[in-house]
Amino acid sequence: MNNPYLPWEAEVVERVQESASIVTLRIRFTDPAIRRRYRFDVGQFNMVYLYGVGEIPVSIVSDPQDEQLLDHIVRAIGRVTRALVTLKQGDRLGIRGPYGRGWPLHEAVGKDVVLITGGLGCAPVMSVINFIVKRREHFGKLTILQGVKHANDLIWRTQYERWAMLPNTQVLLAADVAGPQWQYLVGKATILLDRAVLDATNSIAMMCGPEIMMQACVTELLQRGFNPESLWLSMERNMQCAVKHCGHCQYGPHFVCQNGPVFQYPEIDELFGHKGF
Amino acid sequence: MTRGTLLNLPHAALGSLLAVLRQQGYNCIGPVVRDGAIVYRRVHHVSDLPYGWHDEQMPGTYRLERSNSPRAFSWAVGPEALKPLNFASGETLWRAERNHEGQIQFEETLPAAQPTAVIGVRACDLAALQLQDQHFLDGPYRDPYYAARREQLFLVAVHCTHPADTCFCASTGDGPQAEYGFDIEMYESEAGFLVAPGSAAGEAIVGELQLSKSNDSQRAIAEEEVRQAARKQTRTLPSQNLRDKLLASLDHPHWQEVAKRCLSCGNCSSVCPTCFCHTEHDNPALDGRTTEHVREWSSCFTAEHGDISGKPIRVQTHLRYRQWLTHKLGSWHDQYGRSGCVGCGRCITWCPVGIDITKEAAAIYEAQLS
Repeated sequence: MNNPYLPWEAEVVERVQESASIVTLRIRFTDPAIRRRYRFDVGQFNMVYLYGVGEIPVSIVSDPQDEQLLDHIVRAIGRVTRALVTLKQGDRLGIRGPYGRGWPLHEAVGKDVVLITGGLGCAPVMSVINFIVKRREHFGKLTILQGVKHANDLIWRTQYERWAMLPNTQVLLAADVAGPQWQYLVGKATILLDRAVLDATNSIAMMCGPEIMMQACVTELLQRGFNPESLWLSMERNMQCAVKHCGHCQYGPHFVCQNGPVFQYPEIDELFGHKGF
Repeated sequence: MTRGTLLNLPHAALGSLLAVLRQQGYNCIGPVVRDGAIVYRRVHHVSDLPYGWHDEQMPGTYRLERSNSPRAFSWAVGPEALKPLNFASGETLWRAERNHEGQIQFEETLPAAQPTAVIGVRACDLAALQLQDQHFLDGPYRDPYYAARREQLFLVAVHCTHPADTCFCASTGDGPQAEYGFDIEMYESEAGFLVAPGSAAGEAIVGELQLSKSNDSQRAIAEEEVRQAARKQTRTLPSQNLRDKLLASLDHPHWQEVAKRCLSCGNCSSVCPTCFCHTEHDNPALDGRTTEHVREWSSCFTAEHGDISGKPIRVQTHLRYRQWLTHKLGSWHDQYGRSGCVGCGRCITWCPVGIDITKEAAAIYEAQLS
């Protein structure tokens, strides 16, 4: 019988320290048969289990066509993540997945893509950037907008600089609080939108970050003529089972683990921005 | 299946039904009096059933009293629904073993469920069971723990004739007459039971009993008694679909008003036969080699229910009550095609401060925002 709760064993193949508190774990299943049949979409997540500690959802940031390794970016923030970032090469863990609905990349083909992230190196959007950059010719103008609280929070600075050099690509970075080496914008993520040149009629916007930031961005984009259907948001909620049983991620008509985490704005506009849901 | 002819089962012959069920391999459970309440436990003999017991229920109150009734089922639902029989209040989902090299082996721990016959199931609880089935069994992920137990259940419904003050199943459309989901249905009267099978499995059991047919007037009297039970109910929900109204009233001041009384204890969600929320955690053994991954019932009234990265999203009680009610009576319609309330009244009875879901829903439904 297929038990959706049972993890498969996996091992850490490589560990990359991205910043003081952020680590990328490059993982693969120990059973080659699972490795062969496992497939995921960009924006989906796995339940990552650490022996004796617990299980949490973590988005998959590697390329879906890379059959070797599954990359998970973990920031030490809670009980399980603080333990996960201490894993070393060769350490074992449990993985089950993939779960949820990912980003609408088929719909984005041929359109301008606006990617907005707030907060610390928002992993779910990193996967989209990586995906599009590898298949650049299938998409129109690419606009990457990243806002961070403090200049020191920006990781992958060289990657952003590399992306900025790509044809037909605009990269804008902003920090609420600038530091000595900060040559980018200062302010909230929404000031990035003021500087971005966007074609509202042929764009698709994908965003991830604090809800208050996404709310401000949605308002701004709608004002600029974006169709509500062209706005996609990655929502974060408490998830314990990832198979829509545990109830923690219920959000209006949705279970975020299954109907999300990526939503088209009209799917969630009834509750979006209401504190307590 | 179409309703069969009702057959006569005198009170004195109820034991033979239990005997046949046992003979066919069923473990029989039914209502018994334990710690001052009627709960479902193993029934060894018909005398274990609550003959001569009646319940008094009010908001925040549950009392059992002796009565002179010769009936075994002259009571309304106690704190336990069928929920704990399928969805265990706590259980191990799997075990992990770690060897010296750090390799981990996962082993599922499915329950060894036995065929179980439940005597005296109420219509409201059958409606709730159907909702729990929908939640745990339908859709892309079937819950094997729930399924293992559920597949073994044989349900003997007894139509309700004694609603409590807190009951409102007639208003939700879920009772007091059981309409579906049972293997055998029974009407109880002073003289005994009128019995009919509701499934092939039920037919096999009833067939063994060799009962005489009842007549039309017996059926008419029995059905009338259940209709009376509906008429006795005083509580109602303002509508069977409050979804739009509730979701349009998220800032209604009444949420705050309820929060002044609500202790956020979670009793309502524990006794609710449709609430399904649970948490998962690990119980590692002290030897460092094995650990059990367990799940336990949880509630949206706990502080950590909605935590995101360790931060709570519903600190205040009014947000928790609103979460519960807008889900149960609101978003449930989107997710399951109906409300999550079956009118059993348990959340009213077992609320320590007697908060009444029908009154709170009505206050939000009826009050006009200026």
